[in-house]
Amino acid sequence: MTFAIPISWYLVLSAVLFGLGVIAFVFKRNVITIFMSIELMLNAVNLAFVAFSRAHSQISGAPNLDGLVFVLFVIVVAAAEAAVGLAIVIMLAQNRQSLNVERVNLLKL
Amino acid sequence: MIPFFIFIICAALAVAGAIALIWAREPIHSALALILVMVALAVLYLLLGAPFITAVQIIVYAGAIMVLFVFVIMVLNFGLEERTNFSKLAIPGAILGLALMAEIAHWLWHASIGRALANGPAAQVAEASTRDLSEMLFSKYLFPFEATSILILIAVLGAWVLARKES
Amino acid sequence: MEFIYQHPVLVAAIIKIAVLLFIVMTALAYLTWLERKAIAHIQSRWGPYNVGAHGLLQPLADGIKFLFKEDVTPPAADKVAYILAPFLALALGLSAIALIPFGPPDKLFPNGQQIYSVVDLNIGILMLFAITSLGVYGVALAGWSSNSKYPLLGGLRSSAQMISYEVSLTISVVGVILLAGTFNFNELIAKQSGWFWHWNVLSIQHGGVPQIIGFLCYLTAAIAETNRVPFDLPEAETELVAGFHTEYSSFKFAMFFMAEYANMITVSCLATILFLGGWLSPFPDTGIWHYQNFLPGAGLLLLAAYCGINTITEMRGIARLQMAVVTMLAGGGGLICLYPPIAAGIQGPFWFTTKILAILFFYIWMRATLPRFRYDQLMSFGWKLLLPVSLANLVLTALAIILWPVVTHA
Repeated sequence: MTFAIPISWYLVLSAVLFGLGVIAFVFKRNVITIFMSIELMLNAVNLAFVAFSRAHSQISGAPNLDGLVFVLFVIVVAAAEAAVGLAIVIMLAQNRQSLNVERVNLLKL
Repeated sequence: MIPFFIFIICAALAVAGAIALIWAREPIHSALALILVMVALAVLYLLLGAPFITAVQIIVYAGAIMVLFVFVIMVLNFGLEERTNFSKLAIPGAILGLALMAEIAHWLWHASIGRALANGPAAQVAEASTRDLSEMLFSKYLFPFEATSILILIAVLGAWVLARKES
Repeated sequence: MEFIYQHPVLVAAIIKIAVLLFIVMTALAYLTWLERKAIAHIQSRWGPYNVGAHGLLQPLADGIKFLFKEDVTPPAADKVAYILAPFLALALGLSAIALIPFGPPDKLFPNGQQIYSVVDLNIGILMLFAITSLGVYGVALAGWSSNSKYPLLGGLRSSAQMISYEVSLTISVVGVILLAGTFNFNELIAKQSGWFWHWNVLSIQHGGVPQIIGFLCYLTAAIAETNRVPFDLPEAETELVAGFHTEYSSFKFAMFFMAEYANMITVSCLATILFLGGWLSPFPDTGIWHYQNFLPGAGLLLLAAYCGINTITEMRGIARLQMAVVTMLAGGGGLICLYPPIAAGIQGPFWFTTKILAILFFYIWMRATLPRFRYDQLMSFGWKLLLPVSLANLVLTALAIILWPVVTHA
């Protein structure tokens, strides 16, 4: 018994993970956890890219690798963002003595 | 049939990891859940015929970026996440977030491209070889490649400037 | 029985995994024996001598001791991470060995699967690096979850060391990959066939670039990656009590121990495949060298002769009986390996094992000989010396490929 998995399943999984990332971003208080929810959203988007690359390869018959190259760039940009963002988080923690994002409200009206 | 079971297991692990990221009280448990999500997604990339991206995801994302997160969590050991009272906008926010998720999932489910098959006897495309990927990276996408290398240089310099002591 | 006929691939895979797991666990245990004996003899003393004949039952005694020790968990430890860390370390260390080919890929089971490798991936090297880069988590989580000063410091230092030397490790390998043009282990080995000077470390052939710098960089980075002397400050006894595994006892400590030796075996396997020709023999299969098939058998019979002499002259009592058993096992194995079809089949694993043992002996020799680096010396060595040298090796290899068209992997 063989069963073929349509691409739409992968896309729905990507949407579910993205939605969960948004919910984590909205609800969490720790700055590092909010950062990790951003990484979760980027991962969901990567899954969508790879799924679309496979879909276009199927439809056109020739291998279509544009999606995979874009995934490489997304991973590189996520690495650069994580490095600088975590450096900022460390400075924040040293200045405010807390990682609670509600305490970082000096610019609030 | 085996790809079907692998897909179900990895999708369940990914969603469970994402829920554990939200549910966990300690940031280190959230980090471990995110690593689980990344490894599950790496196996899904393998099912989608992209073995190089699998290796890159595990080496770079799960093996370097998340190590950085885990280091920072361990060094800034500020303890449990506080359970504060939710703001007035929390429940409508949650409902809207779930509505966003449901709507995106609905339109992706009914997209015409979704009828293409990823695995199975009807799927005849070979997996993406590293040679083709690198040829494309160095010919068609050469400018973004060089731009990201400069971006990494800027990130290294930025992190160094932020981290050094004021002397 | 129909299960075997209907699912031949699954059954063959299960048999290979079970045999490989058994062999690797035994090898881990006796690697500890080899280490203690070798270090002892270098330091002019005997190692374990009383437990079995020549200490051969010492690993068994150690294993039983670990099983029966009291399992203490620190009260304020983070339960999830504390229990996860040793399991993660051991699982990653053992699963890396599944990717490695121990013999030629053309020896097949009746259903078409290779006998000598569990799985033959097209991106073999990349997956091996992926598994070793996940190994940092075992150390970091162990150090942090113990909720105590020394393990935390040891864990952070050790994981920083591991991620620093991982960069040099992967870059020193890229020269070999550039020359071969593939990530597949079997094809990498096939490019080194011929005499022993055709192996990648020397590569004295028409169109070959010697990778001796890469080999030395790789060995140094591998010693640092596995936290061995002279890079073992994070787990040194005089510095940090026991480093990241201070608060672990009995079975979980045994798992960290086994994970460290499994990592050693993995990096040795990778070094032999990439630089020393893998399962290839140093001599090609021509002319008089056709008789090299009898080398494993001859070697085992020599070992049996030595054990026999030892039984008769030196051992007394129960040790004499154990040594007689060892003699008979070695003699029987030698005679089996002299039988021509088995002699031809055992060539690949025999040479692979010999090369791995040579590299592991080099590891143990360094442990007995060298003092350890201080942590700042260690980090500056990794970033300021080893990384530029690996990058220089990569650039020189790439220049050689571009400037001399004969150096090509087509």
